[in-house]
Amino acid sequence: MVNPVLPNSEPKMRAHDVSVFYGAKRAIDTVSIDINTEHVTAFIGPSGCGKSTFLRTLNRMNDTIASARVDGVIELDGEDIYQSGMDVVQLRARVGMVFQKPNPFPKSIYENVAYGPRIHGLAPSKAELDANVERSLRRAGLWEEVKDRLADPGTALSGGQQQRLCIARAIAVEPEVILMDEPCSALDPIATAKIEELIDELRGRYAIVIVTHSMQQAARVSQRTAFFHLGNLVEYGETSQIFTTPREQRTQDYITGRYG
Amino acid sequence: MVQHTVKAFDEDITRLRGLIAEMGGLAEVAIQEALDSLVAGDEEKAARVVSRDRKLDELEMEVDAMAIRMLALRAPMADDLREIIAALKIAGVLERIGDYAKNIAKRVPRLPERARFEPLTLLPAMGEIAAEMVHDVLTAYAARDPLLAREVIERDAKVDAFYDSIFRNYVSYMVENPATISSAAHLLFVARNLERIGDHATNVAEMVHFSATGRYPTDIDR
Repeated sequence: MVNPVLPNSEPKMRAHDVSVFYGAKRAIDTVSIDINTEHVTAFIGPSGCGKSTFLRTLNRMNDTIASARVDGVIELDGEDIYQSGMDVVQLRARVGMVFQKPNPFPKSIYENVAYGPRIHGLAPSKAELDANVERSLRRAGLWEEVKDRLADPGTALSGGQQQRLCIARAIAVEPEVILMDEPCSALDPIATAKIEELIDELRGRYAIVIVTHSMQQAARVSQRTAFFHLGNLVEYGETSQIFTTPREQRTQDYITGRYG
Repeated sequence: MVQHTVKAFDEDITRLRGLIAEMGGLAEVAIQEALDSLVAGDEEKAARVVSRDRKLDELEMEVDAMAIRMLALRAPMADDLREIIAALKIAGVLERIGDYAKNIAKRVPRLPERARFEPLTLLPAMGEIAAEMVHDVLTAYAARDPLLAREVIERDAKVDAFYDSIFRNYVSYMVENPATISSAAHLLFVARNLERIGDHATNVAEMVHFSATGRYPTDIDR
């Protein structure tokens, strides 16, 4: 397995020999990978290959599944996120997540974004909170569309807008890493293009990891691509290399549609 | 090779490869017959070579259209992508090879008074190597064989050596007897065309290598 070192970019997160079990079933088998800051890393692979499971280990979302067990070490800035005493709420503020289906809270657009900064104490005054909400909505490319109706319910927005609202919500708590689990699978092509453009803009500021079933999307938005198969990390490399000259036969068969 | 889940894609690729093979066959025959007509002074045969070149042009356009359609509709990746890009470029090169053969054939009626100042032995020998290069590079293409492709590339040095030798030869004829200048100039162009065919066969070989391995032969030598 080739693990390329890209220049001028420090790994933000590192996974060493990570295995994940659901009960006795091994869903991820000794995966090691570096996630770099200012990069979009795409996880691709057939359904059930473990890519979403692995994504969820990066901010301990699997903790909520009783039968799930994680072996190995995952570091954020050199610190083991599974060590005892780790503040999981704080971790999830630093490693944010955007889900497949947009899931705004049943509250106003403003409250959707303001909720995180408020509970994390990031914006002590009303003025600071307003500034945070505007900044987050601007970064998510949604401000111009919603600035005059911040009191409307978030659920009243279109699907694509809701997903950008969820991204605004994720970035309002000033995360360092954003995990996205098929963020465009419920969106039409225009809304998808907007999210992809947004991902490209956000990459200058965060480390972004995206799970996607669309090979074209992985090719469009990411700088590095990791191919998972049956719980193994088969190949990890620069996106342009993976999609033009993959080193592994299994990668080639998958991305060219010869799988199975 | 493992089949695609979408079978129509395999059929498209097979069809594309078939078109390239057909173009290669036509180009190879064109070189052979152009030289035969030159040696024999057979103007009718030469005219057939010229008129048949149109078929190569048509096939090239068909390859272009098909490749563009496949790129747009299938969004191919990895070896499929390389295969289609290679086909696109190879078709262009084979069309050029056809043009060189046509150019040779066009000189047959223009060679002054059939009076040959030499028995035309070097040119057919050179042409044979060039035609063989085209033949073998298409075999390499059909078999996706990077080793044979590299072997074709190495053979280009022979064609270049022939060209140098023919050039010196003809210049000395022209110096000795200015009456040969017109025919020698024509034949020099023929040699030049054959030399270019060798270069183009080399280009095809590089594309075959790229398509099969993802790397150009020069990447490996470096």
